[in-house]
Amino acid sequence: MDGDHAACEGALAAGCRFVAGYPITPSTEVVERFAQRIPLIGGMFIQMEDEIASSIAILGAAWAGKKVMTVTSGPGLSLMMEHIGYAAITETPCVFVDVQRGGPSTGLPTLPAQADMMQVRWGSHGDYEIIALSPNSPQECFDLMIKAFNLAEEYRVPVFFMMDEVVGHMTERVVIPEASAIEVMERRWTSKPPGEYKPYAADDDMVPEMVKAGDGYRIHITGLTHDERGYPAMNPPTQKRMMERLLGKIRNNREKLIDVRGEHLEDAEIVVVSFGITSRVSGPAIEEARKQGLKVGHLRMVIAWPFPASVIQQLALRVKAFVVPELNMGQMVLEVERAVAGKTRVISVPHPGGTVHEPQEILTKILEAAR
Amino acid sequence: MSKTELRVGGLGGQGVILCGMIIGKAASIYDGKHATLIQAFGPEARGSACSAQVTVSDEPIGYPYVKQPDMLVLMSQDAATQFVPQLKPGGLVLYESELVPKMPPLPAGARALGIPATRFAEELGRRLVLNIVMVGFFAGVSGVLGYESVEKAVLDSVPKGTQDLNLRAFRRGYDFGCELLAKQTQGAS
Repeated sequence: MDGDHAACEGALAAGCRFVAGYPITPSTEVVERFAQRIPLIGGMFIQMEDEIASSIAILGAAWAGKKVMTVTSGPGLSLMMEHIGYAAITETPCVFVDVQRGGPSTGLPTLPAQADMMQVRWGSHGDYEIIALSPNSPQECFDLMIKAFNLAEEYRVPVFFMMDEVVGHMTERVVIPEASAIEVMERRWTSKPPGEYKPYAADDDMVPEMVKAGDGYRIHITGLTHDERGYPAMNPPTQKRMMERLLGKIRNNREKLIDVRGEHLEDAEIVVVSFGITSRVSGPAIEEARKQGLKVGHLRMVIAWPFPASVIQQLALRVKAFVVPELNMGQMVLEVERAVAGKTRVISVPHPGGTVHEPQEILTKILEAAR
Repeated sequence: MSKTELRVGGLGGQGVILCGMIIGKAASIYDGKHATLIQAFGPEARGSACSAQVTVSDEPIGYPYVKQPDMLVLMSQDAATQFVPQLKPGGLVLYESELVPKMPPLPAGARALGIPATRFAEELGRRLVLNIVMVGFFAGVSGVLGYESVEKAVLDSVPKGTQDLNLRAFRRGYDFGCELLAKQTQGAS
């Protein structure tokens, strides 16, 4: 099956039972399949009037107790920004699927890019943290989607599933395990009775327990700065407490959230840093460079946000250069440069999108790094 | 390591992607190999240039694109004009002979085999199954996949209620391919 369909199956396996969306190429097949499958399983798909409505409908459904997702591509994602901030401040577990296409604006509807990486990190106003995963095959669209839902429950942040047109429309064999072999994290419901429960009071892990509509609790959810009870409290100490927790629950767990795949890193003098489809396109370039006798390693980010800075920092102490190919004009390379902090060379291999790199373009930069 | 790279080209609505999908499915689900399919299409629902790139390999596939195909399956003149120059020397072109009236010059050692697939499909009652005739033709002459694997993939990929028709289309293409090969072998000897 293709990556879009596999992503849908992953969401169903993870327990997603509510999707609101506004179909957009190249993500349409995700919701198309969900709309066909969900009546048989029990759940709901709503085709909303636009992406603004889709992104707020899922947040409502999450507070009604469901695991939720919306699915879009660049132009739709731009419309969702307001509610991504709302999801962050209300700590609503949710998954946003972005099947990236060429931009800006309507751009290239049927052609790939990886140019929304900074938008998902910084697109909504104010400070907040998110998690972003980058699958590179239909199999990973299934496997990592389950991880995406589990992380949304564990940290109560918006989790972004950063596909691209190639991965979305690429068809390969997908092995779906028995349900009993799939690890699914359920929502952490409170055991406290009404009256004692405070919706935004958290223990040391900084992630509060939840309740759902209909359970008999009286709660208040707002996009305004709020105290532990969820009521607006617009003063500096409350803002400070809330922000420390919103950011801290991810920042304190950065190391735990690292998911990278390394290849030939032990003796590497040059490291190609990649994510998503670009990790597969880098393969032939790295192989060819190694054939030519160069010690080239490959570091692939499966979780791109939070950025695995410590891994890059460690490598920066001993490698000659990093080469960073990506289907945008230079986004994640800025993070690599930040982590490297001038300790070694960082060479960007940008691409305007519409197709993937020629492996030769990446090879040329590897050879440049070796000089 | 054995690896075959294939490009299927035609127009949106002809079943170009499904043709590639069935070949990939036959390889990866029924023939124990690995396969990757990449599709390219325009924003229009029908009539725009459309192509599938299929890689079939004994090993897991990294780079998913087909740069220099070993084989082409062509269902429009535009696809022939665009893709024949990319063919590997010694490669194989399978084409719909009435939709590709003008075959561009082939690379050294390459062969081109034509089939009137649309006419066959019309004789079977539905012009729609021309892509399955092409799949059968591919199975008959390419030697990449076993007959049974492809047949299973066809049955598994077409709507219920159309399986008989599609199976007949598949066999028509397959038989024509086998006969064509036999004739060529006789002619050569």
